[in-house]
Amino acid sequence: MQEQEHSLLEMRHINKLFPGVKALSNVDFTLRKGEVHALMGENGAGKSTLIKVLTGVYQNDGGEISVDGVKINIRSPQDAQNNGISTVYQEITLCPNLTVAENMFIGRVDSFLVRHKDYEKRADKILGELGIPARSTQILGSCSLAVQQMVAIARAVDMKCKVLILDEPTSSLDDKEVNVLFDLMRDLKGRGVGIIFVTHFLEQVYEICDRITVLRNGELVGEYLTEELPQVQLVAKMIGKDLDELSSFDGVEEKHFDDSDIFYEASSLSSSDALPFDFAIHKGEVNGFTGLLGSGRSESVRAIFGADKINGGTVKIKGEPVKINKPIDAMKHGIGYLAEDRKRDGIIADLSVRENIILALQVMKGFFRPISRSEAESFADEYIKVLNIKTASRETPIGSLSGGNQQKVILARWLLTHPDYLILDEPTRGIDVGTKLEIQKLVLKLAEDGVSVTFISSEIEEMLRTCSRLIVMRDRHVVGELRGADLNQTQVMKTIAGGEAANEK
Amino acid sequence: MRKRLVSMIMAGTLAMSLALTGCTSGGGTTTPDAGSTGDTGAQTGDTGETTEAPAAASGELIKVGVVNNPPSESGYREANVKDMEAVFSEANGYELKTSYSLKNDEQLQAAQGFITEGVDYLLISAAETTGWDEVLKKAQEAGIKVYLFDRMIDVDESLYEAAVVSDMAAEGDTAVQWLLDQNLDEYNVIHIQGAMGSDAQIGRTGALDEQFASGKMNKVVQQTATWDEAEAKKIVESVINSGESFNVIYAENDGMAKGAVAALDEAGITHGVGGDVIVMGFDCNKWALRELLDQKWNYDGQCSPFQAQIISDLIKSGDAPSSKKIINEEKGFDATTITQADIDTYGLGE
Amino acid sequence: MKNKITNIFKGGFGQLTIPIVAICMLVVFNLFRDPSFFSVGITHNNDGNIVLAGNLISIINAASELAVLAMGMTLVTAACAGQDISVGAAAAIAGSAFVKVLKSGPEITGFSVILAFVIACCVAMIFGAFNGTLVSVFNIQPMIATLILFTCGRSIAYWINGGASVPVDSPIIKAIGSFIPGIPVPTPVLIVILVAIIFKLVFHFTSLELFTQSVGINGNASRLNGINATFIRLLTFIILGVCVAVAGIIGVSRLGLINHETLLLDVEMDAILAVAIGGNNLGGGKFKISGSIIGAYVIHMLTVTLYAMKVPSTDVKAYKAIVIVILVVIGSPVIKSKFTKFMTQMKNRKQAVSMKGT
Repeated sequence: MQEQEHSLLEMRHINKLFPGVKALSNVDFTLRKGEVHALMGENGAGKSTLIKVLTGVYQNDGGEISVDGVKINIRSPQDAQNNGISTVYQEITLCPNLTVAENMFIGRVDSFLVRHKDYEKRADKILGELGIPARSTQILGSCSLAVQQMVAIARAVDMKCKVLILDEPTSSLDDKEVNVLFDLMRDLKGRGVGIIFVTHFLEQVYEICDRITVLRNGELVGEYLTEELPQVQLVAKMIGKDLDELSSFDGVEEKHFDDSDIFYEASSLSSSDALPFDFAIHKGEVNGFTGLLGSGRSESVRAIFGADKINGGTVKIKGEPVKINKPIDAMKHGIGYLAEDRKRDGIIADLSVRENIILALQVMKGFFRPISRSEAESFADEYIKVLNIKTASRETPIGSLSGGNQQKVILARWLLTHPDYLILDEPTRGIDVGTKLEIQKLVLKLAEDGVSVTFISSEIEEMLRTCSRLIVMRDRHVVGELRGADLNQTQVMKTIAGGEAANEK
Repeated sequence: MRKRLVSMIMAGTLAMSLALTGCTSGGGTTTPDAGSTGDTGAQTGDTGETTEAPAAASGELIKVGVVNNPPSESGYREANVKDMEAVFSEANGYELKTSYSLKNDEQLQAAQGFITEGVDYLLISAAETTGWDEVLKKAQEAGIKVYLFDRMIDVDESLYEAAVVSDMAAEGDTAVQWLLDQNLDEYNVIHIQGAMGSDAQIGRTGALDEQFASGKMNKVVQQTATWDEAEAKKIVESVINSGESFNVIYAENDGMAKGAVAALDEAGITHGVGGDVIVMGFDCNKWALRELLDQKWNYDGQCSPFQAQIISDLIKSGDAPSSKKIINEEKGFDATTITQADIDTYGLGE
Repeated sequence: MKNKITNIFKGGFGQLTIPIVAICMLVVFNLFRDPSFFSVGITHNNDGNIVLAGNLISIINAASELAVLAMGMTLVTAACAGQDISVGAAAAIAGSAFVKVLKSGPEITGFSVILAFVIACCVAMIFGAFNGTLVSVFNIQPMIATLILFTCGRSIAYWINGGASVPVDSPIIKAIGSFIPGIPVPTPVLIVILVAIIFKLVFHFTSLELFTQSVGINGNASRLNGINATFIRLLTFIILGVCVAVAGIIGVSRLGLINHETLLLDVEMDAILAVAIGGNNLGGGKFKISGSIIGAYVIHMLTVTLYAMKVPSTDVKAYKAIVIVILVVIGSPVIKSKFTKFMTQMKNRKQAVSMKGT
């Protein structure tokens, strides 16, 4: 990783204009052979724009790009591919109902006659070389998300790519899968492929990346060697301010709750997706569900909200037995639920910010009591201000907002219903550091005001900071409950991993 | 995703075809299993007119397959279908199978089906005049005798025994002759046609076209409304709005004449006997003849829907018909001479 | 002035740009062709009433059934991301039921007409609920689910009355289908206005609009926000059922005759087109009822224009298709984005020029 190493990709003075906005101004980016290079920045910093310029989705409005020292023009994604630049996106863009081999060769078969056997052989060879646990004849949809992603990478590798762009590849993978992906990345690195890695997970940057380039507001902040840039400073460079805010904010004091204060209590609650579990939460308590992806943490909170078909169990709210079979039942009892998958289960993309904000309240008020336009507007304005939602106006379609602001709108939607108990499943996923902090603060403030909150996050750090109690799940079972002194990274990891159970309270 | 779509479409097609068969078997009045119950003497209701059982006693019923347009098409067809069912009843020694469709390809399929089932006689009133060669040849090979009724088909004469038809051209001639007999100073005609290419349309249009060509009558507009009343109204409205003058509406069926009259009424144009505009219709629905009796319309022509008895006689006699084309007698009614008795005798529907 | 025009193109009317531009184009074309095309006259009809007449009246009068159907179709489209192709057949059923009830009494009175209307509505709502259940409960694609009724609806209509064309003669029916004595505007036009007002009121006093759009855009999220998506989809079909009954009754009353084979024949395609021309996304989601109404008038203005030009009615469909292809292509997202791109480029260039100037 020496400075004099041959540079593979050079982007110089890249500019990109959008109507009214300068998305990139004079950005330089250099990628060397055989390195993993993190591209960091908050949402809207210009990461995706830079990537899209590089892959030919956008045309640059100035600047030049060269690969292997040769100046090139990238006018379309096809151009990018021909120059050895391949991308694997956050959302899998392959066809889940075709086989692995078909996916690897789709769109680049040179004759109409497809010789399946040949392609399958070739696919198996590549998969074997890269150590990807998939067979060429398998239907892609039957593979785990991680393997699907790796198939996408294998496809790129087979296209003789020199530059591989991984855009948020780990956001839907669990730790084990992330490790397998990292092994693959190291392998590719050894073959001289340059990898551009875009992610929100700071830990992962430090685990795998050689260099970091930071962007802010469409401008280059700088390029750094990973070992020379401590994590705290990276965050500081990304958000462009000092870290007083970050450092002033650690740990939650232990709170004590009486049993009389229990707001919600479930015993052997189960749904079509969740095995029976017991759970209770006090008024004003923040608790968390943790565990690997697929451990059943999301499924459990969905059961609390009645989001899936409820199979059994009893539920009490403030000591009174109640029936919660559908979301509307839960909502009527003061429960709100911010779903894990914002795009699929949260936003109504084409509707305005205003309509998205009032939606849940409107449902609770009922079909025949619509919220008047002026009322809705004042609600929307209020929450746009309180949550600092960045939107052109309250009538802007929510789909055109950035991820973090979309999430705030959904939060506003539930806050407007004045819930007694709010379930937040991954509210901070895929959003920038600044907004993450805002959301964490909001959670603590809600708890102070007496709202019970269940908080789920893939970043354990974040949960340790906000939750006073953690429920740990593994293989769809609750395997531990941590509080007080046990609330530290090591103990959580141990419990998740199993072995010495930490059930003692 | 794509796979799911494909399977959806397949399921849909299946559902449709199920619905189709459901509708035809329900809509038609086929009595395929009446033959078996016939032995026990349990006759189904609608055949009470003649003496019972001679045919059943003589054993074999004559199997007749009828391919027709659905009775819902028009009052004419309704009368036609009822006539068929009454004549080719079990009491008269027939086993009747029917298929009703407005679509030529469905009719072809049905005919094919009857041939496979092995009927003795195939009776066809085709939706379109073309496309029948192959099926009729197959029928001939299978020894099935074919009679056409009501509508001609464009095939070689040798492929059928006889065609019992209304002479639509004669029908048109009668109507146009009546119109000429009115001795108007000038004839400005709005001509509303039926579905283009149908026998009725061709026959009813022909005579009038001759007059247009000779200059005796003036064509204000000639449009098809494909038997649609509402469309006929729009056509007449369009002429009224354009300000062109006209004094005759020649509509090729009663429904379209009714639509045309609705347009006249809204525009305050008088019609019928003593009115500004002469209204002519066809088919002789009872309600249309009543309009004649009220002198709101001037003329209604009819082609007889009753061909079943003629065909039955031919079948029973066993003789080869004297001519390939047997013409049904036609009628035309004038508002000044029509009587309630005419309506009761010749009117269709209620 | 110029600014206003560019504003329209930039989406000054938003979704309504295309239908409004279309109707303007047709108006201009007709005025150019025949300046008196839109003149409205006053005449006495054969019942002695003073009534309005002219091509304009013919257009808005004849489009009434279509406009009513298009309103209902818009809702179904928005909620279910698909269309009901059985509306013509269902209207024939509703119309037949209407006539059946009228005929079963000794004479036609105001009361029997209301009773017949209510029963026709109920019948149409039941068939709407049938379609709606297939779509919302069994998740069948709307076009395929409604194919069933499309195929056999007119046969069902036949069974109701038995006869091919059954006349109903009464001053009340005539008043519904053409003119109420003393009112010069055709009654069907008044009915369209009434239905539009009812829709407006329903949107004002219920959350139907918000919920329908939510369900159409993101069913999952809607469910997790407590909306009963199944019920909303079913509801849109039932509402369409009422529209179908109203359209069927207008059609029957216009002629005083029910012919189930020809009543509102092929209207389903026109209704879908009206929704599309109105700028509504046929894939569901956001919608504007007013767009669909204008769409219905565009279609009929086109038909009447072609009739006035004495285009053979066999060719009318082909001409209609050409115009509609143009409209739909102009309204497609591809052309729209190209156009906005073009406009911003022009704007940038202008700015550059003016900057040079200073």
